[in-house]
Amino acid sequence: MQPTATFFSGFTLNDLWFLGEAALKSLWISILAIAFGSAMGVVFGWLLSVSHRAGALTLAPVLDVFRSVPLIIQLVLFFNFAPMIGLRLNPFEAGLIVLIVYTSANVATVAQAGIEAVGGPMRRAARSLGMSYWQDMRYVVWPIGLRAVFPAWIGVALGVMKDSALVSVLGYVELLKASQILITRTQETFLILAIAGAFYFALSYPISHYAARLEKRWTQ
Amino acid sequence: MDYNFHWRPVLKALPELLEASLLTLQVAAISIVFGIVMGLGLSLIRLHMTGPVKWLASAWVELARNTPALFQLFFFGFGLGSFGLHLSPYMIVLLALSFNNAGYLAENFRGGFGAVPETQFRASRSLGMTAFQAYTRIVIPQVLRIVYLPITNQMVWAVLISSLGMLVGFRELSGETQFFASKTFRIFEYFAVTAVIYYVIVKLILGASRLLAVRLFRY
Repeated sequence: MQPTATFFSGFTLNDLWFLGEAALKSLWISILAIAFGSAMGVVFGWLLSVSHRAGALTLAPVLDVFRSVPLIIQLVLFFNFAPMIGLRLNPFEAGLIVLIVYTSANVATVAQAGIEAVGGPMRRAARSLGMSYWQDMRYVVWPIGLRAVFPAWIGVALGVMKDSALVSVLGYVELLKASQILITRTQETFLILAIAGAFYFALSYPISHYAARLEKRWTQ
Repeated sequence: MDYNFHWRPVLKALPELLEASLLTLQVAAISIVFGIVMGLGLSLIRLHMTGPVKWLASAWVELARNTPALFQLFFFGFGLGSFGLHLSPYMIVLLALSFNNAGYLAENFRGGFGAVPETQFRASRSLGMTAFQAYTRIVIPQVLRIVYLPITNQMVWAVLISSLGMLVGFRELSGETQFFASKTFRIFEYFAVTAVIYYVIVKLILGASRLLAVRLFRY
């Protein structure tokens, strides 16, 4: 056996730290995207529910585009489009903006379904009790509608968390990108991929089961 | 905005892009067929079996549903490679998509089986059908009707995820686009056209499934 120079070095504790940091980045961009995207999505959903004809003609097709084009294409397009209009965005900002719009498009349908899940008679009853439109929205539609679509919203949020892995194509070093960097150096493909997968799984599995349990309990 | 759009190279490459989109459709369609068959198997295993087989089926479903599709793709691409199993890009995408589809569809099938009353199975058994006949002739047709819409959505989802193929060197619609874009540096133009093609594909699938539903579910 001849001694050979090696470019690869084994997986060390430092690398685990590197992965952990990348996982936090994944988490951070997901949380931001879900928070802002959901807020926007609720507004869009409300717009769709109040203006049936106008909403169906203007807003709905636009949101539909974001649901019908692969996220990876949206990311590449926006990242290359932003400099044309003079926006200097780093991968994080560009990725976050695309994720927010993508999330809002998905949350909009959920929010619309939630608002429409509250029956007309109930809302008329709220109004005839003297509630203003916004009081009706806040104290009647919000709690009941939220209950109806909360599991669906969790599904969307978890989907965004998983889809945030795609921001890596712009060069943002989130968990999956970090694992690829480590794989290139250490050649420990299976171990590192397993760690990255375990992180997503550990985050997604409990939440999705919690949502499924809630759904079962609420539909009884 | 001082950017000059150059659409001509994209239009010249359009035939290749359209051909690549057929490959996208092909891999998505095959993976859906695999997904339906394996998803049915997984849901039946989870409903009726115990022990390690059920445990494996549950692990499959939960892994498919709770990890990013890109992770699954990398796993079939590089993860299996570390065991000396080197697959072609086509097989990587096909296997990863089938794995993903089967996991998601298995949950839908489980809901579908739950929605068909147990009494129907017993009734068909007492009419003299074997358990296999009762399943294939009475239960599964009804389940397929219930899960028709989820299958359609999964088909759309499979088309969208297949775009990740470009990250493992698969020359489907996205991979082909990236190939041309990196030759000409007209990245925006190429991907804009590709986005339109994806949109049309998704609309075609949804339209076709609606037409098929009218034909299939007349009564």
